[in-house]
Amino acid sequence: MRGYSRRLKRELLASWIMGSTSFLPVFLIFLMLLGLSLKARPLLWLQPLSRLIFSDEWAPFKGHFGLWPFITGTIWVTFLALIVAAPISLFVAIFLSEYAPRRIREIARPMIDLLAGLPSVIYGVWGVLLIVPFVGHYLAPLFGTYSSGYSILAGGLVLAVMILPTIIHVLLEIFRAIPQAMREASLSLGATKWETVKYVLLRQGASGILAAFVLGLSRALGETMAVLMVVGNVARIPRSLFEGGYPLPALIANNYGEMMSIPFYDSALMLAAAILLILVMVFNLIARLVLVRLERRLL
Amino acid sequence: MKWRFLEEKIFQALMIGATGLTALILLLILGTIVVKGIGALNLEMIFRLPRGGYYLGQEGGILNAIVGSLQLAGGATILAFFLSLPVVFYINYFARRKSFGPTLIRFSLDVLWGVPSIVYGAFGFLLMTWFGWQASLLLGIITLALLELPIMSRAMDEVLRPVPAELLEASFSLGATRLETAWKVVLRQAMPGIITAILIAFGRAIGDAASVLLTAGYTDNLTTSLFQPVASLPLAIFFQLATPYPEVQKRAYAAAIILTLIILLISFISRRISRHYARHLVF
Repeated sequence: MRGYSRRLKRELLASWIMGSTSFLPVFLIFLMLLGLSLKARPLLWLQPLSRLIFSDEWAPFKGHFGLWPFITGTIWVTFLALIVAAPISLFVAIFLSEYAPRRIREIARPMIDLLAGLPSVIYGVWGVLLIVPFVGHYLAPLFGTYSSGYSILAGGLVLAVMILPTIIHVLLEIFRAIPQAMREASLSLGATKWETVKYVLLRQGASGILAAFVLGLSRALGETMAVLMVVGNVARIPRSLFEGGYPLPALIANNYGEMMSIPFYDSALMLAAAILLILVMVFNLIARLVLVRLERRLL
Repeated sequence: MKWRFLEEKIFQALMIGATGLTALILLLILGTIVVKGIGALNLEMIFRLPRGGYYLGQEGGILNAIVGSLQLAGGATILAFFLSLPVVFYINYFARRKSFGPTLIRFSLDVLWGVPSIVYGAFGFLLMTWFGWQASLLLGIITLALLELPIMSRAMDEVLRPVPAELLEASFSLGATRLETAWKVVLRQAMPGIITAILIAFGRAIGDAASVLLTAGYTDNLTTSLFQPVASLPLAIFFQLATPYPEVQKRAYAAAIILTLIILLISFISRRISRHYARHLVF
């Protein structure tokens, strides 16, 4: 370092510091995976992974840590949310990118941002106040069953609202990437606007639309507080939408207090977190790869 | 022939319906919370600490949670800023051209962006058990900073990328180093976007409950040291709603109004600031 001016020394030092801190995100992923699986390992010595995942016996005091009720709970809630949110977000995104006048578009942007920025506890409070009674008092009698309202259905509906902005955001970006000339070609051949949407936008953006849904799905997978507040938290495999469920994130959030006092309980919860992390990472990886490839094709 | 236009009309109606529904839901969320909570909202709630028996319906407020949330989110945002700035400077200006580093870092930021907050919480909890720490303000700040890192870095990256190359070249040609260019030229040009990025991350941190639940604990007092547990607004809402007493639940709704107002305020400020600083832009 001798012979350098102070400015160059500073430059070299900064370059060195930045080069080393920049890989923190990369390390963080591996550190999380490693940490969670190390902590879950004692349980894996006790029982094979397949039994932990597919057993439905959850009795921590007796040493039974079957995660299947929680995994099925997660799947039900997540897919319900996606089924509700997918068509709505698709329609909203098409409307905002193709049909809406400028004024509406300018109002809609901040509103979607706001919807995305609301804390999950707020969604939870709203769910408790509105969705839970709606499911308990109106929907359940309509289908001839009884429900307290704290149910898979309530969790799925609240989640659907929460992932709407995420999906709409990605969809809008995809539609913007589709060249204007393609739309014009279709319109000049006499297609109506909807036909243009159907044959140009939806076809060209098909893989991207799927990726947007997958991103929404992975967001729904890990959502904790809002779901926890409305889903009922019953550790049993759900048989109907009107029954309570117990998704994986809720399991972790609800039981962290007791987990140090029961043997292997902490391992079981960290295993649940590791499963969540791996699922979310796989979904994210797939979606990002699809989006990157689509972007390359369109540009 | 007719079917084509009917189809057009049907789908237009569906689209307008879906957009209307989304707007209605947003209004319903805000409306429900305001209607339910406004009755319990008063100055005592904002400026008093919870007294004994507060959770049974006795008097007091949630000053501890409001201050705690600001401490947590403020600390985490500062820490995340000092972690994010080198990352975005490196991937935009310091990394060697065409090296694999920036791609890898951007990709892992995308993956981290999707990791749920409860997993960050579990990771924070792991750190706690490994180092033998207690649930504390410091641990909460670290966990939230990790949660904010991908949000802030990606948002800042989006801002730095469109900074025109001519601007950089002009700075380099005057003999400025990369650090000086990044710090004195780029930062000024990208200031509005960077402040927005910081505020977005701050908003995410102040509203996050799942990670804080596992790492920061809760307390009825003000936190004066980094090593004490700390209260937070989302958890105050959650705990009060979980009690069986209607008066306490009403306060949860009132606390929800406060949290929503803070979020609205943040998004309002970020709009104003980015407009204000936009005047200094060169291009």
